[in-house]
Amino acid sequence: MNFDPRVQEAFARLPDYLGSHVLVSVTALLLGLAISLPLAVFATHCRYLRNVALGFASIVQTIPGLALLALFYPLLLAISALTEKLFGVGFSALGFLPSVLALALYSMLPVLRNTITGILGIDPAIKEATLGVGMTKRQALTMVELPLALPIIMAGIRTAAVWVIGTATLATPVGQTSLGNYIFTGLQTQNWIFVIFGCVASAVLALAVDQLLALMESGVSARKRGRILLGGAGIAAIVIAALMPVFARPAAAYVIGAKTFTEQYILGSLIEQRLRAVGLSARHRDGLGSTVIFDALKSGEIDVYVEYSGTLWANQMQRSDTKSRAEVLADVKAWLAEKYSIRLLGELGFENAYALAMSRKRAEELGIKSIADLARYAPRLSIAGDYEFFARPVWQSLVQAYGLSFRERRNIQPEFMYPAAADGEVDVISAFTSEGKIKQFDLVVLDDPKQAIPPYDAIVLLSPQRANDEKLIAALKPLLGAIPPALMREANARADGQGGDSSPDKIAGWLWEEIEKTKK
Amino acid sequence: MAGTNAIEIRAVTKRYGEHINVLDGISLSVAEGEFLAIVGPSGSGKTTLLRLINRLTEPTSGTVLVGGNEVHGGDPIRLRREIGYVFQGIGLFPHMTVAENIAITPRLIGWSAEERAARVDELLQLVRLDAGKYRARFPAELSGGERQRVGVARALAAKPKIVLMDEPFGALDALTRDALTRDYRELHDELGLTTVMITHDLTEAALLADRIAVIHRGRIVEEGTPRDLLASPKDAYVRELVETPKQQAERLAALLRGEP
Repeated sequence: MNFDPRVQEAFARLPDYLGSHVLVSVTALLLGLAISLPLAVFATHCRYLRNVALGFASIVQTIPGLALLALFYPLLLAISALTEKLFGVGFSALGFLPSVLALALYSMLPVLRNTITGILGIDPAIKEATLGVGMTKRQALTMVELPLALPIIMAGIRTAAVWVIGTATLATPVGQTSLGNYIFTGLQTQNWIFVIFGCVASAVLALAVDQLLALMESGVSARKRGRILLGGAGIAAIVIAALMPVFARPAAAYVIGAKTFTEQYILGSLIEQRLRAVGLSARHRDGLGSTVIFDALKSGEIDVYVEYSGTLWANQMQRSDTKSRAEVLADVKAWLAEKYSIRLLGELGFENAYALAMSRKRAEELGIKSIADLARYAPRLSIAGDYEFFARPVWQSLVQAYGLSFRERRNIQPEFMYPAAADGEVDVISAFTSEGKIKQFDLVVLDDPKQAIPPYDAIVLLSPQRANDEKLIAALKPLLGAIPPALMREANARADGQGGDSSPDKIAGWLWEEIEKTKK
Repeated sequence: MAGTNAIEIRAVTKRYGEHINVLDGISLSVAEGEFLAIVGPSGSGKTTLLRLINRLTEPTSGTVLVGGNEVHGGDPIRLRREIGYVFQGIGLFPHMTVAENIAITPRLIGWSAEERAARVDELLQLVRLDAGKYRARFPAELSGGERQRVGVARALAAKPKIVLMDEPFGALDALTRDALTRDYRELHDELGLTTVMITHDLTEAALLADRIAVIHRGRIVEEGTPRDLLASPKDAYVRELVETPKQQAERLAALLRGEP
């Protein structure tokens, strides 16, 4: 049978994604149980504690999963900075730790509620009997109350397990590999097979664990030891099978970061392939936000990634003036080296600048060629940007330079912005100059006569520890200056195709072939 | 030691809040080997009185002595393990077999598995249940009467000298109840127990106990042998209380004689 290559690629990534997913879920669930169970037992004796604990867990439940995970990142970052200051030891605020903490919190409500209900719901005559036969409080708890409440507690654990496994897919944006990597990568690259694969994989995992816990639960209430053991063995088998590749995997020497859009996935894959080609072990960490990825490089959690000069210029250096490409590059390079010992290895050869774009038809109708022209019509028009655009200094700079003021402002996922502009659903969008969809949807990029938008050269950054790593530098050298704008745009356009060759890995392979061709 | 009281309650008051006097200055003693029935209507404080003896409730004032020692100074857990306790709710542990239920107090005080198994068989025989048949059953598989027999066996498991019973057979049908009460009285005599039983049924108390104490609104209004109490009640409430069973007995006797 011949599978779509994207399905094959999805299966190839399964051991890594599933293993990480199971590891983070199991750790979070165990941590959650270790907190919830004793807390619930104490809470049965104290109405006040009960109300506080259940109230807190309910509030946690109302926070959207993604937001809860995202909240832990700055929180841990601040704590890490504090411990670094106090004890000289920091820790990673990215990936595993925030995911485990957020998911553990998420698991608390069903376990707390069911344990409390189970213990308080025991027949008063049975409680009287525990006293009458001379049990201590502890004996009454362990010999009678917990065993009798166990079926209800198990039901709570089941709910918690399903929630945690489902919500763990949202750990991807905080840097934790999970089955969510399929979903987030798939969404960014319009690889719907990945999206469906990720959904199905996490649903199957959740269902399997749920059914095995249900078996244990029924074994507990019917006092059938066989069922409890069978269910427990099943879960242990899943966990061990899933974790084997995680622990068997030799720790990759190099970790490559990638932000949340197609071009980054392609370049991440390209770098990974180049490192492997020279015999270095490498893995990638996809879907990191702009700030998260820079912090990760700073702290050495990732070793290399592709950044854009203007992003650093505006966001990290807080510069609002605009200089030429070469001047910006030189300033950024010096600043990175001096402030963080991060090495700017070189530029790839293309620019991926922010730009404002419109459908060609609409622009011609209104006679708009530049952002200066646009400013006159802006109060009648709507604009859409990606999730970061309106919060970025570049937007402030545009507003100040041209006095832009739009009728309506929306946030749209980057991949959907271009068709939205083509359909006339929005009038103006924030585009990227290297984006293949500009051509595909027949959009025009508006001129920036006042140079309000800084240059955005694609540059390769190395973490402080890797700044002088000769092997790494040798592997990356062939990429420098090797990707002209047209080639990158073509690569990005290919990623938007629906064929089997549209996965980042395949395109990265194609890109390298093209680079080699031009060198000959 | 002859003449020692197994249980002595001295001027005990139990108050909830400012005004609610559940027990109002009660003094009562139970001789070793005696079977005392405490009779009273609902809300009279009889259950509270019983629970003072194994410290499931603490008095507001007054003292309780068991075996000559003030219970207040000792360890309540140890006290409860030395006193059998049977109550209407029974409270068999549904996740334990009959054998595990019966052996619970011996297990708590550290008997070996062999000692416990032997004791379970002995007790099942004592409460007239077939050990082979019942040992491994769960409470849900028993009838009401069987359950209460197991409840009695559990109370006797650690060889207590004192047994407290709170309307133990109240929820059972008349025949089962009669059989059980008579069986229990035999056990009481055979094992030389001291029993305090609470009931609202004067007939049951009169047929079973050596002595009856009538409690009403938190006070002992009269105490004496069943015969004295039935023949010449002094208190107005007690007179009222003995009237019904006496009339019923006379009518039954008349029916048996063939009178209309």
